[in-house]
Amino acid sequence: MATLELRNVNKTYGSGLPDTLKDIQLSIKDGEFLILVGPSGCGKSTLMNCIAGLEQITGGAILIDEQDVSGMSPKDRDIAMVFQSYALYPTMSVRENIEFGLKIRKMPQAAIDEEVARVAKLLQIEHLLSRKPAQLSGGQQQRVAMGRALARRPKIYLFDEPLSNLDAKLRVEMRTEMKLMHQRLKTTTVYVTHDQIEAMTLGDKVAVMKDGIIQQFGTPQQIYNDPANQFVASFIGSPPMNFIPVRLARQDGRLLALLDSGQARCELPLGVAGAELDGREIILGIRPEQIALGTGEGNGLPGIRADVQVTEPTGPDLLVFVTLNQTKVCCRLAPDVACKVGDSLNLQFDPARVLLFDAASGERLSLDTANASVKDNVTHFKSR
Amino acid sequence: MHSPAEKPALSISRIAIHAVLLIAVLLYLVPLVVMLLTSFKTPEDISSGNLLSWPTVVSGVGWVKAWGTVNGYFWNSIMITVPAVLISTAIGALNGYVLSMWRFRGSQLFFGLLLFGCFLPFQTVLLPASFTLGKLGLASTTSGLVLVHVVYGLAFTTLFFRNFYVSIPDALVKAARLDGAGFFTIFRCIILPMSTPIIMVCLIWQFTQIWNDFLFGVVFASGDSQPITVALNNLVNTSTGAKEYNVDMAAAMIAGLPTLLVYVVAGKYFVRGLTAGAVKG
Repeated sequence: MATLELRNVNKTYGSGLPDTLKDIQLSIKDGEFLILVGPSGCGKSTLMNCIAGLEQITGGAILIDEQDVSGMSPKDRDIAMVFQSYALYPTMSVRENIEFGLKIRKMPQAAIDEEVARVAKLLQIEHLLSRKPAQLSGGQQQRVAMGRALARRPKIYLFDEPLSNLDAKLRVEMRTEMKLMHQRLKTTTVYVTHDQIEAMTLGDKVAVMKDGIIQQFGTPQQIYNDPANQFVASFIGSPPMNFIPVRLARQDGRLLALLDSGQARCELPLGVAGAELDGREIILGIRPEQIALGTGEGNGLPGIRADVQVTEPTGPDLLVFVTLNQTKVCCRLAPDVACKVGDSLNLQFDPARVLLFDAASGERLSLDTANASVKDNVTHFKSR
Repeated sequence: MHSPAEKPALSISRIAIHAVLLIAVLLYLVPLVVMLLTSFKTPEDISSGNLLSWPTVVSGVGWVKAWGTVNGYFWNSIMITVPAVLISTAIGALNGYVLSMWRFRGSQLFFGLLLFGCFLPFQTVLLPASFTLGKLGLASTTSGLVLVHVVYGLAFTTLFFRNFYVSIPDALVKAARLDGAGFFTIFRCIILPMSTPIIMVCLIWQFTQIWNDFLFGVVFASGDSQPITVALNNLVNTSTGAKEYNVDMAAAMIAGLPTLLVYVVAGKYFVRGLTAGAVKG
């Protein structure tokens, strides 16, 4: 049970080399579940190794329970880690694997037996205790690896892509189980993954990383609904957000985004802004689930008619691909929508949920649509 | 791949392969057969028959006489080989562990330089080694010879263990460190128990090398402390009296038996250990 705080953590593997981690700054409360997510090579595993003490940071500080542990060796930090490869000791039985850390910490044998029994019961691996890791399936090995971490009752758990070696079905099962486990044990956890569904479902807090920099740190809902930039928006969500290049037009002090499906055109009202944005190219971000069927006549939402190019029925959804502004756009529709390739569909968007990104930097552009009428003729574009 | 249950068809190519293998086996076995047959013959038998003829009387005289001549040197060889093999394997294991799992700045360079040791011919180290042994006061002693063998063998044993250990995932060591284990605890409890195949390779390799060594033995040991290879040479090369081929052959068999024994006992690990390193490394 502990808080974890990272203050301006830097890591480089030598002067002249690019920083592997750059000014990492985040903190989580006691019992929170933090997800580090990002593409491979983004530094998330390095950051985890730094928290564990397996690698030394070159700047900043790591605090556990407000105590600076930056210079401490891994064993003094009271941290347990589950590795992607499980890293079970191959020559030891499951019981010996779980006991190893406790024996080294010189716990009396009676207490060790009790602890092994507790963990084995919790993870339902009692019948496996005398087996060797090679005799276990992937899912069982995963449980044992978790058992080894749980047995120590450390301040913080670290999970390094623990589910990525499992098959799809087992991965979903174990994901739910991990969530249940965390709800029961309430231990501060840091969890590295490249799987955005794990990030969304497991985490209390999510840190999206790229190139050693935290792109955004917040709750899963914040990350999903209010991404800081185009990278975060594209990384979280499946199927990913559509990014449509649009040209802005200004009419009566209000900005319009021009959409063209080849057979129809549509003007998407975005809000108010100054004249300097008139004619500028930006990126419009729309999630597939935010595109709906409808002409927009009943609710006043802007709509456009477009040709269906590909359909992908996934079971719960029907993914329909159309072309807007020469860009392939995915729409997530109800599975009972009757449409086939070549059909035309009326699609409508809610302008309030559309996100705008700078075409060059990918930074989020924020437009004050809510107060559009009051703040008319005022520039509300701000770069975040 | 054929499953063990279904028998491969007896084709011409298969017969040819087996024939070639059989011939190769016979060729390799001939010297051993000749040695064994000759060692059990009487001197008269040897001079009258040919090399491959069966002994008319099976006689153990050659063996008894050979053992009487070389047995002291046989024990010398044991006293030299056993400690040298054990020490060089132990240090090699530790070296390999450090060079693969606890890399330090320059460890690759260090390993590269160490590898040069594998390419050094025995002859080049004779003078420096002799000089060093003299300075250490170990000249012409068994300990001195052990030391030379250990130092010379380290390059090989380190290479074996290092190449075996690089195929062990780093995560094991990381997990053990988080469990609170230190450098030697990890080595003793995690790494060594996994090392059986490569330990066997090392033992066989070192045993064969050191037991069969002649040059270091003849240079660094003298008189009664000489190893059996030197004694065998002295026995065979005596110029006085009639050549006792049965004694020579029996002595050669005695000199060769321990290595044969080691291969028979630990041989299955040899191939396993070599391939384990080769495939994953």
